[in-house]
Amino acid sequence: MTDVLVCLKRVPDAAGEITLSGDSMSIDARHVGYTVSAHEEAAVELAVQIADETGGSATAVSLGSGDAVEQLRNALAVGCSAAVLLEADAEAYGPADVAEALAAVVRDHAANGTTYDLLLLGNDAADSGDFQVPIRLAYALDRPVVTGISTVEIEGDHVTARGRGTEGPEIYEVPLPAVVAVMEGGVSPRYPSIRGRMKAKKVKIDQSEPSLQPAGNGRIKLVLPPAAPSKVEILGEGPEAATAVVDLLVRLGVAR
Amino acid sequence: MASIPGSARVVVIGAGIVGNGMVYHLARLGWRDIVQIDKGPLPNPGGSTGHASNFIYPVDHSREIASLVRDSVEQYTELGVFTQSGGYEVARTPERMEECRRRMSSAKAWGVPAAIETPEQIAERVPFLDPDVILGGLWSPTVGVVDSLRAGTIMRERAVEMGALTVAANVEVTGLDVEKGRICRVRTAAGDIEVDTVVVACGIWSPMLAEMAGAHIPLMPSVHQMISVGPVPQLAERPGEISFPIVRDMDAFCYERQHGADMEVGSYAHQAILHDPETIPSIDQAKLSPTEMPFTADDFDPQLEQALELMPEVLGAEGAEIRYAINGLLSLTSDGLPVLGETPEVAGLWSAAAVWIKEGPGVARAVAEWMTHGSSEIDVSASDIARFAPHQRTRAHVRPRASEGFIKTYGIVHPGEQWSGDRGVRLPPMYAQQQAAGGSFVEVVGWERPLWYESNAGLLERYGDQVMPREHEWDARWWSPIINAEHLAMRDNAGIIDLTAFTIFDVVGPGAMEAVQSIAVSQCDVGIGRVIYTPVLDATGHFRSDLTMMRLAHDHYRVVTGGSHGGIDVKWFTDHMPADGSAAVVELTSAFTTIGIWGPRSRDILSGLTRADLSNEAFRFGTCATIEFDSIPALASRISYVGELGWELYVPLEQGARLWAMLHEEGRPHGAVSVGNGVYSTTGRIEKGYRAYGPELDGERTIVEAGMQRPRVKVADFVGRDAYVAQREQEPKAVLSTLTVDDHTSASGMKRYMLGGEPIRARDGSELIDGHGHRPYVTSAGSAPSLGRHVLLAYLPPAEAQIGNELTVSYMEELYPVTVGSVDSTSLFDPSNERIKS
Amino acid sequence: MSTLVLVETDADGVAETSGEALTFARGLGDPVRALVIGELSEAVTSQLSDYGVEAVHHANGPAFETYAAAAWAAAVVAAARETDAGVVLASGTPRGMEAMAHSAVRLGASMAANTVEAVSRHPMVVNRQVLGGSVLEQMQVDGDIAVLTVAGHACEAVPADAPTTPAISTLEVEVPESDLIAKVVRTEPGEPDESGGLKAARVVVGGGRGTGGPDGFGDLTELAELLGGVVGVTRVVTSLGWRPHAEQVGQTGSRISPELYIPCGISGAIQHWAGCSSAKTILAINTEADAPMVTKAHYAVIGDLHEVLPAINEELRRRRG
Repeated sequence: MTDVLVCLKRVPDAAGEITLSGDSMSIDARHVGYTVSAHEEAAVELAVQIADETGGSATAVSLGSGDAVEQLRNALAVGCSAAVLLEADAEAYGPADVAEALAAVVRDHAANGTTYDLLLLGNDAADSGDFQVPIRLAYALDRPVVTGISTVEIEGDHVTARGRGTEGPEIYEVPLPAVVAVMEGGVSPRYPSIRGRMKAKKVKIDQSEPSLQPAGNGRIKLVLPPAAPSKVEILGEGPEAATAVVDLLVRLGVAR
Repeated sequence: MASIPGSARVVVIGAGIVGNGMVYHLARLGWRDIVQIDKGPLPNPGGSTGHASNFIYPVDHSREIASLVRDSVEQYTELGVFTQSGGYEVARTPERMEECRRRMSSAKAWGVPAAIETPEQIAERVPFLDPDVILGGLWSPTVGVVDSLRAGTIMRERAVEMGALTVAANVEVTGLDVEKGRICRVRTAAGDIEVDTVVVACGIWSPMLAEMAGAHIPLMPSVHQMISVGPVPQLAERPGEISFPIVRDMDAFCYERQHGADMEVGSYAHQAILHDPETIPSIDQAKLSPTEMPFTADDFDPQLEQALELMPEVLGAEGAEIRYAINGLLSLTSDGLPVLGETPEVAGLWSAAAVWIKEGPGVARAVAEWMTHGSSEIDVSASDIARFAPHQRTRAHVRPRASEGFIKTYGIVHPGEQWSGDRGVRLPPMYAQQQAAGGSFVEVVGWERPLWYESNAGLLERYGDQVMPREHEWDARWWSPIINAEHLAMRDNAGIIDLTAFTIFDVVGPGAMEAVQSIAVSQCDVGIGRVIYTPVLDATGHFRSDLTMMRLAHDHYRVVTGGSHGGIDVKWFTDHMPADGSAAVVELTSAFTTIGIWGPRSRDILSGLTRADLSNEAFRFGTCATIEFDSIPALASRISYVGELGWELYVPLEQGARLWAMLHEEGRPHGAVSVGNGVYSTTGRIEKGYRAYGPELDGERTIVEAGMQRPRVKVADFVGRDAYVAQREQEPKAVLSTLTVDDHTSASGMKRYMLGGEPIRARDGSELIDGHGHRPYVTSAGSAPSLGRHVLLAYLPPAEAQIGNELTVSYMEELYPVTVGSVDSTSLFDPSNERIKS
Repeated sequence: MSTLVLVETDADGVAETSGEALTFARGLGDPVRALVIGELSEAVTSQLSDYGVEAVHHANGPAFETYAAAAWAAAVVAAARETDAGVVLASGTPRGMEAMAHSAVRLGASMAANTVEAVSRHPMVVNRQVLGGSVLEQMQVDGDIAVLTVAGHACEAVPADAPTTPAISTLEVEVPESDLIAKVVRTEPGEPDESGGLKAARVVVGGGRGTGGPDGFGDLTELAELLGGVVGVTRVVTSLGWRPHAEQVGQTGSRISPELYIPCGISGAIQHWAGCSSAKTILAINTEADAPMVTKAHYAVIGDLHEVLPAINEELRRRRG
């Protein structure tokens, strides 16, 4: 029976052309809405699978504005059974702050009788890309940590984690409790069912404010990089370009 | 970027279902050098067509929409993209079952197959629907789904094959230039096009395009939420895209539509979510497409429970997941109708906007015909862009109305229902007095206008059962027996009526007489001081309007017409002014208020206030003159729309309140009362068999069918004259008749009163069909308190238009006996017009 | 004060990405020292000399036989202390990222991941990539020691003007058992790729919304077959259900690096670019010459894919005879 805590961050669903907020401190998500990163979607899927397989539970936690409830409900809709919102201005938090706030949740819950044997996080946040929260969280709780993980299996008192190495999959076997940072690609995240959504709607989200004073993330501003000058060679227009295209394919050695 | 020609005969902006339909129909009607531009890629440029649910329900209470839908389905079928699935509108409440029966009336009136079915019958065709949740529903066997993107592609390709069209995708329009009031140039990112005719078919972006030319296409982009749930194992085994009827769960404001192994659930239940056109993302900024906004789950969640309740097996099936969910943007308008036609602000700039998939190809054909011939086979005047008064073109007006209209999409909308948003914005000068008198206000193009006055409640006792009280709440909604009491008081003594909502405009200049003569059917070369009532026809001899004109001077006519149609008339007259500038139209609506006073005592009352001689000899019926009430000069016109002696008094708006007070003070001893629009528009008029533009007269009706022909046709030429002369030589295909209801008793014993729109059938209930292939329906219905009868107007097949002929009217799926009382414009009340001419 | 670079090695010596990191480090101005973990070949030493490294600290021993991030961090911390490092950096590879994050915690330092340039040294202000490089964040890295990773291809790996003769020293690192708890216990031979050969393919033909619908992929599929390649698609296409998710190329799909990528009717949203930018050659087919995918491509044909592709396929079949 493994109780899993999966950590989520509400981020802009930046798929198209990106626009910045007026103060250049954040991304304007008006047109694209919000989501969690693909890594975190995979982490939620793994959390739910482990909870199902071991008869344990999956709890989602997020540090963010009140709107992050949307992301927590989405996690509840696909099988998490509880959710915790640390209501705070995520923009004011650095990776060390987030890790500390999350560690406090783990400790508090442990004090109240719920020990999370496995903490799952995305490998990095989609918007800030710090690559640090899982590791800082592990140090704060004095637990082992592995990153870049595609799949996990609980085997007794340890977790077998599989990641992508340069020469093929790399396997870790780490004793529980542990922290695992998940890379997308190992599992296909499920979509919510209607019943799942309805159930999610009824779950009461545990809301509180972190007690720490964030040190910040050092952000001065965001800038959109200028487009690189185009070096494109136009082969032609319309179907008439076919000859030139096939010549190129031959030159590149891809046409047989 | 595509290369575009430097000039064109017409530029169509937009490549959704409407723009593609436009280029096809224009090409078909002989247009060449057509250029079609879209900002997005083809075949799906990212507008509302791209995410449409693509199903079509043919039943609609509006004849115009029902006709456009029928035509569209015929076109989709011919294009090979229509799949008939059948569809239900299911009812969870008794009120909705009643609405289903009312929709049966509309179905029968427009000749659309439909039937009321029991929950068990419905569950037989839709086995995954829980019959215990519903009370029954309306079955529409001809409901179907279309591939609107494919339809658009085929239509576009046909126009290209005809050698008529150049298509430029991925080209953004950056400006529309206007010279001397006419469109002259389309500026694009790929170069400029010199052109004098432009069609804006840009859906939700249309307002921004219109603004480039200084015109208005008033609509609001609004969110319609949609999710797709699947795969559902039970559906996966079925072949093809759709094999079960579509279900509209009317009381839950949502629909369920099978699409392969998925169920699509769409919602109209949430509060309207509106987006200003300027805030719509560009193609690059959007996640999916500009009109597929991020899904807001919170808004949809309440809907899930209801959807699951109706279809637990499929929507709750193992493995069925919400795989696609969007806030799809579509266009809403202030009155729920499309925005079609040439903009009143800019000549040559046409709108074909706020059109949904169900009516797209039909609208395209109608607008193309309109651009080509000046009118369309299907009358689209209710959707005419010129219908909007200036305040109705503002964002602040459209926003609350669109918000309200969204909820009405699946609502039960009473024919008399009023809008509540943006009210109190055009006030008559006597508004305070009307409020004090307990006026029950309705709105006409923004004007507040009492339907009746609560202060007249005391009359109910005097007239007792003569006021024809209504027992059923639906029949009595937006109605009061006080209307009928006011009517009787007017007939007994006098009624004072606020007519501020009239649209008033002058035609002036040395060529004024020739100008109006060329527009009006009636003789306009009359003496100064004469009042002319005239139909106005289009070139095909169908009604464009009916209105009155006063000749005020040799070079000066004043035209008075109904408020709701006034904008369209102003445009029609403006468009038909002589090219040499010898006559011009000047709008004066906001300069004058009009107060009507009618009834046997009206002459006595006015005579107490003016020194003018109002005797029958001195002031004849059909004449006008300026008379004085104290220091108020008033243009008095002796005509009547209620069948009584009396006058319309035109006075400067700022003096209206004073005249209103003077008339009431002087009239009180004579028994005069304030009379609301319920009498003016319905009871008074219907007793006299007067036809109204809209219900009886429209772009599909002729003078002959309406029974309004005069012995001779004027010699001077006018628009539609040739057609009219030809119509007079032929037997009419339908005849406008007046009927009375013989017995109102329903099966339950309660007396019921028709409100209009109901089908007229033979005594045995069988269907009647006129020479057009249309079924007769009630165009206007109302009390005739002086006759003690409920009167209906309807165009009947000529053979049925015989006085004394016994027929039935179908109301809420019950038949009531009716008898034909008149088959021309002869009225049932005072047929010889003695009262008017007394 | 010095700048310490964690150098990763491969069969050819210093990894290309570490070469970039060394070049970046030189730009900071302080003497550059390198930390090499595991074997130290002569090739590596000589390349480090070319990169202008002043000293090489070599950590080896049983603790480094199999990869454990915490053990690497122990070496980094020891080297940083020994070299009085003001900046500690590595390339933005998975190992580099992980080791630097561990090290930052142990050094009580702030870390900036995926740095592309240093804006100033005192205070340490850097520009770094976020959102797959589509946005840059200007960030101040506070503290006595700054920990950085350098984004791949942020700068070119360039040797120093004059080679150095680095002093080579063995780094004594005490690695406690607790730092070896999370270590790679085994690696496995490559398993079947879920993305249907997308990542391994030499040629990928890409389709976006411009295909028009699920039926619009016929010409793409044919071209892919003719070239022995596979079809890849944008996220919109899979979101709309036109093609399976396994074919998705992009930030949240597969990141591909074929010899040739032929995006057809794909405008080139950032999300998609992140997944295909490593292609060796890009030939874009698009109706719009201004589309980002066209301007970023090596070659392009301007035209409707439904007209251009059949012509190419026809020409290919013709030449094949």
